[in-house]
Amino acid sequence: MSPELVFQQALNGLSFGALLFILASGLSLVFGMMDVVNLAHGAFYMLGAYVALSVVQATGSFWLALLVAPFALGLLGFVLEPLLLRRLRGRHLDQVLLTIGVSLVIVDVIGQVWGREVRSLSAPAGLDGSVTLIGGVYPVYRLFVMAFGVALAAAMGIVYRRTRIGMLIRAGVQDAEMLGALGVDTNRLFASTFAAGAALAGLAGVIAAPVFGVQPGMDTDPGLLYSLVVVVVGGLGTLSGAVAGSVLVGPADTFGKVLFQDVALAVIFAIVALVLLLRPTGLLGRIRIAR
Amino acid sequence: MSSPALAVHALHAYYGESHVLQGIDLEIAAGEAVSLIGRNGAGKTTTIAAIAGFIRPRGGSVAVSGTDLTGAPPHRVARAGVALVPQGRRIFGDLSVGENIAVAARPIPNGWDEAKVMELFPILARRRAVRGDQLSGGEQQMLAIARALVRNPTVLLLDEPSEGLAPKLVEQVGDVLQRLRATGLAILLVEQNLGLATQVGRRVLVMNKGTIVFTGTPAELAAHRDVEARYLGV
Ligand SMILES: Nc1ncnc2c1ncn2[C@@H]1O[C@H](COP(=O)(O)OP(=O)(O)OP(=O)(O)O)[C@@H](O)[C@H]1O
Ligand SMILES: [Mg+2]
Repeated sequence: MSPELVFQQALNGLSFGALLFILASGLSLVFGMMDVVNLAHGAFYMLGAYVALSVVQATGSFWLALLVAPFALGLLGFVLEPLLLRRLRGRHLDQVLLTIGVSLVIVDVIGQVWGREVRSLSAPAGLDGSVTLIGGVYPVYRLFVMAFGVALAAAMGIVYRRTRIGMLIRAGVQDAEMLGALGVDTNRLFASTFAAGAALAGLAGVIAAPVFGVQPGMDTDPGLLYSLVVVVVGGLGTLSGAVAGSVLVGPADTFGKVLFQDVALAVIFAIVALVLLLRPTGLLGRIRIAR
Repeated sequence: MSSPALAVHALHAYYGESHVLQGIDLEIAAGEAVSLIGRNGAGKTTTIAAIAGFIRPRGGSVAVSGTDLTGAPPHRVARAGVALVPQGRRIFGDLSVGENIAVAARPIPNGWDEAKVMELFPILARRRAVRGDQLSGGEQQMLAIARALVRNPTVLLLDEPSEGLAPKLVEQVGDVLQRLRATGLAILLVEQNLGLATQVGRRVLVMNKGTIVFTGTPAELAAHRDVEARYLGV
């Protein structure tokens, strides 16, 4: 590879990593707080992209879509949690089956409503051009994705460390039952957490759409597959873990696809296996022994 | 007659099929301390869990100041005036000492607040910015008590607060509990440390295999050597 190509791929890898952070942070939050592996997370991501598609078609505004899709997904999450998940608290296998079911329903509804063709969403005006960087042209939108991911991680870090909500999240991730005994309504906290996780998935769907397209199958690849890989590598339930996992997996996957093409997925799984061998909690996860 | 601060009647609870609480009765008035003792596995923590709303009892009732809370979720029990110092302390490790207190605080006029609990446990003031998981066992225990006090409870449940503490600290915990009782708190103290249990409790309940097998004053317990030998020996 020429140095220019390496540089380009490094940028691609980092912008993919930024997207993965947006995607995986929601999954990690929900797992950490509620002990639920939400296998509908990829379908939420897909739905976010399709909602954005419709908003852009109706209004022409990408920025409006960037607000509406996460809000819609958040609302869906806020309704689904008490309706379905709350009944299955602590029953892991049932939760897995339920969230797979939710995912199948969402994907099917998307097919009915939006059809099964590959669609595309263009980057908003101002971000749809290219810039010249170190001897190559590079899409501005990918730089935007990177900046957005960094800004979101910083904002989440401030909320996590400096606000009462962040305090409740950090406490609840460790011991939600104890938080309840101190007067915090954990039912509401869990519904809000699940809503935030779904909103983040929806947000990732909008941000990803101009780069990866909008199409059937996106719920699993990159949706669920990559968010699971990131949280396993980075460690479940911590913000820093989601950051570390994304920054590692994004570039690794991008270079893996350039260097090994067909067996690129093997590169990712090798990383997962290696991390789990050396650090069974993931890079920055906390040890969670079943209560 | 006014209702007792905590009233538990004929409480039955299960873990799956195993019948762990087989009809527990206890009443605690404001300003009264009751100790609950018994061997490992007797069901003491389960009694606390059923009162606090961690597990749903399958029979009987729990009432706080006359309000029925049987099967209520933990936050409702807490908001009714019950605070818990749990077995194992359960301090939030990722939160600082100050945050552990802030997350629990329910201020009332002239009640317990951060300044007052730090006066009670000066070591916590010096460790205010330290993460919960960096504290020693004794410091964590004090923080667990402080965290419960800033709830300004009417009923204080403590599950083996002396566990793993040096004798000097156990003494300090005993002194604090007696002072709290004198302020009108109703205290349920679960203990394996007989000294602490009889120092703090005006009544002592002995539990074995999910039932209360003895109730009496510390003096009456001391007079029943057989109870001690049968239900408390290791
Ligand atoms: N989560 C659980 N699932 C199943 N069984 C449990 C669970 N917790 C406790 N038990 C069982 O219930 C019984 C009572 O346990 P409990 O924890 O209430 O005892 P304890 O009196 O608090 O004991 P210790 O002094 O050791 O804390 C024991 O036989 C214990 O093995
Ligand atoms: Mg116990």
